[in-house]
Amino acid sequence: MNKEIIKKILMPFLVCVFLIQVWSIIAIYVEDFPTPSDTYTSAFGGINAEGDELEGVLSDPFYIENQDDKGIFWQILASLKRVFGGFSLAILVGVPMGLLIGMSKTARYAFEPLIHVFKPVSPLAWLPLLLFIFRDISLTAISTIFITSIWPIIINTALGVRSVNPDYLNVAKVLRFTSFEKVMQIILPVAVPYIFAGMRLSLGTAWLVIVAAEMLTGGIGIGFWIWDEYNNLNYHNIIIGIIVVGLVGFLLDMCMGKLADFFDYRKKI
Amino acid sequence: MSTDEFLKLEEIRKAFPLNNGEEYVAVVDVNLNIKKNEIISIIGHSGCGKSTLLNMIAGLDIQSEGNIFLENKEIKGPGSERAVVFQNHSLLPWLTVYQNIEMAVKKVMPELNPKELRIRVEKFVSMVSLEVARDKYPGEISGGMKQRVGIARALSIKPKVLLMDEPFGALDSLTRANLQEHLMRIQQKVQNTVIIITHDIDEAVLLSDRVIMMTNGPEATIGEILEVSLPRPRNRVELQNNKEYIRCRESILSFLYEKFAKDDD
Repeated sequence: MNKEIIKKILMPFLVCVFLIQVWSIIAIYVEDFPTPSDTYTSAFGGINAEGDELEGVLSDPFYIENQDDKGIFWQILASLKRVFGGFSLAILVGVPMGLLIGMSKTARYAFEPLIHVFKPVSPLAWLPLLLFIFRDISLTAISTIFITSIWPIIINTALGVRSVNPDYLNVAKVLRFTSFEKVMQIILPVAVPYIFAGMRLSLGTAWLVIVAAEMLTGGIGIGFWIWDEYNNLNYHNIIIGIIVVGLVGFLLDMCMGKLADFFDYRKKI
Repeated sequence: MSTDEFLKLEEIRKAFPLNNGEEYVAVVDVNLNIKKNEIISIIGHSGCGKSTLLNMIAGLDIQSEGNIFLENKEIKGPGSERAVVFQNHSLLPWLTVYQNIEMAVKKVMPELNPKELRIRVEKFVSMVSLEVARDKYPGEISGGMKQRVGIARALSIKPKVLLMDEPFGALDSLTRANLQEHLMRIQQKVQNTVIIITHDIDEAVLLSDRVIMMTNGPEATIGEILEVSLPRPRNRVELQNNKEYIRCRESILSFLYEKFAKDDD
């Protein structure tokens, strides 16, 4: 194995060891703060500091006790479903909108001010309004994610369309392409990498927002679960929740990145 | 129709509106008749409206006044009978050399069956000797090769006129010479009407039957037209001492640097 790879594995490991040390020190000085070993036990099961035998959160993530008590896998799945629901809707609406804004100056003048006003609004500000409209927590969460995801998709799609080299459009003109052929053969190949960059941004933000949204809506989902563990004074589970959310987010971003590379002609050369 | 009036430019004037409500007059009073299978160069300093002129013939730009006729039909927009070779080749980077040509042929000749299509595309790939780069992407081949693909793509759609906008301007001089040879060889084979925009005096003399010299803009127009009566095929090395070649060169030189010198360029 070469030195570079050893470094890549060893360095994060050392940082982890250091962080766990810092954590242990904090746990000594802060009352009721979960220690690393307690957190480990409540994650994977075993006997904790008080001598109780515990079932770990991660040792049976698939359990279903009843409607309100399900394993962490089901919580993550519920959150993912909402994220993908809102995210897919945002793609369906955002990509055509972006194409329109990128191709037509009139559409750009019409929509750009609105986008600039609504983009900086935290999606959570919409949540009470959406809750009032839908009176359903899942629909509220999905539509919150929709609002979160749509702006980067519209903006990046429009940017992709505008970055089409005018010479390519001249080629299309000389060959007398129809508008449809122009979109399919010239504009989309250029815009797709931009669209995916927007989607990647959106998905990342959506995963951030869903945790907060579920804390407010309650019911099911990883955000609700973390809040619930806080109310049950299971502080170590909050730490487990944070780590799980982080790992899932990392996986989502990695898959999106691979997908983006697959559709990017520049990566094939 | 007389063959002298294959492509006819009549009283062309082109003005661009400026932000302050006035207009910038790029070219005025352009009258030109181009014969079938003639090779024309348009030469002038930058800003003389030579590219504007080419764009109007291509139909990518519309003249403010005047008319352009190809075989007595008025030109009203772009079309595949007037193929353009752009300065920066403008190949689609997500398509291979083969696919770039195929895309053009497919669109212009939808009647071809898959086999005929393949044969036609292959023919133009080999016309510019790019068989080895057939399945490469534009990003993987040299600038000279890209421009050869650009020429092959333009010729593959059977144009009546081949319009070249400073086709070799972005290339180093050795590659440029190589491409000029290519173009002359191809022209011997296919016999096309060609209009080349250039700012290279040697290129203009070497390639053309007539050289159109443009005065400086704004309100640029045709200053002089030079007939190049050199036999073909032409050989650049032998031409260096040829009296006619030297006369043509000097006549363009004196036009560009004495009569219409431009110092800010």
